[in-house]
Amino acid sequence: MTRVLGKYTLRIVRELGDFGLFTSRSLAAAVGSRKLGRRVVRSIYEQGVRCVPVIMIVGLFTGLVLGLQGYYVLNKFGSSGLLGTLVSLTLVRELAPVLAALMLVGQAGSALAAELGIQRNSEQIDALETMGADVHAYLISPRLIAAVLVFPIQTAFFCLIGLLGGYLSGSVVLALQPGVYWSAVFHAVHPVDVRECMIKAAIFGLLTIAICAYNGFNAHRRTSASGARAVSASTTRAVVISSITVLAADYVITSFLV
Amino acid sequence: MGDLFLDVRGIAKRFGENVVLVGVDLAVPRGSVVTVLGKSGTGKSVFLKCLAGIVRPDAGEIRFDGRPLNAGDAECRAEFRSRCSYLFQSNALLDSLTVLENVALPLESTTQIPNREIRERALEALRQLDLEKHWDRHPGQLSGGMQKRLALARAIVTRPELVLFDEPTAGLDPLRRNAVFQMIVKYQRQFGFTAVLVTHDLPEALVSSDQVALLDGGRMRFQGTPAQFNASDDPTVRSFRDSAGELRDTVAALRRGETIENRNDL
Repeated sequence: MTRVLGKYTLRIVRELGDFGLFTSRSLAAAVGSRKLGRRVVRSIYEQGVRCVPVIMIVGLFTGLVLGLQGYYVLNKFGSSGLLGTLVSLTLVRELAPVLAALMLVGQAGSALAAELGIQRNSEQIDALETMGADVHAYLISPRLIAAVLVFPIQTAFFCLIGLLGGYLSGSVVLALQPGVYWSAVFHAVHPVDVRECMIKAAIFGLLTIAICAYNGFNAHRRTSASGARAVSASTTRAVVISSITVLAADYVITSFLV
Repeated sequence: MGDLFLDVRGIAKRFGENVVLVGVDLAVPRGSVVTVLGKSGTGKSVFLKCLAGIVRPDAGEIRFDGRPLNAGDAECRAEFRSRCSYLFQSNALLDSLTVLENVALPLESTTQIPNREIRERALEALRQLDLEKHWDRHPGQLSGGMQKRLALARAIVTRPELVLFDEPTAGLDPLRRNAVFQMIVKYQRQFGFTAVLVTHDLPEALVSSDQVALLDGGRMRFQGTPAQFNASDDPTVRSFRDSAGELRDTVAALRRGETIENRNDL
């Protein structure tokens, strides 16, 4: 039992160390990398522009549900005027960074893990190495930089569309005065909340893309599967681990920031 | 053996319990075409990957232009990479990049020359391989033969001194196979690089190589000129060389109704 526990602990520590080296090497490789800007722009398009529709849809429905549930609960206590406060603080402080990160994992993270896994499988990464290219600078750094740049913007979009959803539920569908809703929103959200939201978004973006890239990049190291199955297993692992990491990191960051 | 450009001694590699290479030697004279022959699964590609540094050998020494390569010297390895190209069996073209971007990539990675010159040199390499008009396509939009030519264009664009070819004719029909060998010899003569090929296409290899080597059972059983290969009495060489005749005899025997035992060396 102790031996098994020790074996798993060592494996986790080794994997964490490997992941730390992978991420730091990828970030360091960005310095002086040729045509980095062009690759970052391409990554911004892949992770940012392509993910906007899904983030908007999820943000809208999150706001709609929050508005609906919040209105009925607050109305019981005669506090429906606080709906704007409830929706805005819930979104800005917690739901927007977390849900948008989970959407990023599902949309861009899984695609990245699969793409890198296939590139590894079809020897494209080996080809880059034989060409003398720094594979970290070429494949990983632009994605990490793009994640840190683009994910806070996506989270801001999520917040705005979520607030609109809350307004649609509370004021258009139900009976709350629009002025009451928007006034509560403006008074509830302080710059510190926005800053917390943006910090979380940047960290989640970096973590999720780094985890997905790490798993895809090392798809060949899997001993339990090979070929297409290794790619599929690595993609699944990337999605599961990054989703759990987002939730765990949210708790840790919140406990530091609150 | 004259001026040795690549000198490989005692390369060994195992993957877990699977022993692939047991002390492989190979001497490659400068400016020559050396072909490593062998049956499928004898470790030819692993051997070539050891030379390229994609796979780290467990033992042995590789000397490139007189300097040891596998001493963990990153600078020496980087210099080797800037002077060597590798043509993968699967071509390993980057499918997210265009034809031109694929060819330009090694120049972007290993040189500091301006982007405009990189583009000109990449277009020149494409022109030499009749791919210029496809410069804006993606590899997936090209035929198998064109992809092979594109991989070769990418391999020669840096004007390497050594090119490693991993099964360059795998999966090609006889006509295209001949065309690929012609292409390799033509550009080897034109650019003067040293070439190491691994293949199991015996007739083409004998015609187009300066030297052939035979890898079997994890060891190099033979290295010499094609004439020496044809004259060799070594049983492994004979078995490989005479396999076409053996097949002819076996098929004739089967047609006569004789019973032939299944071979277990596939």
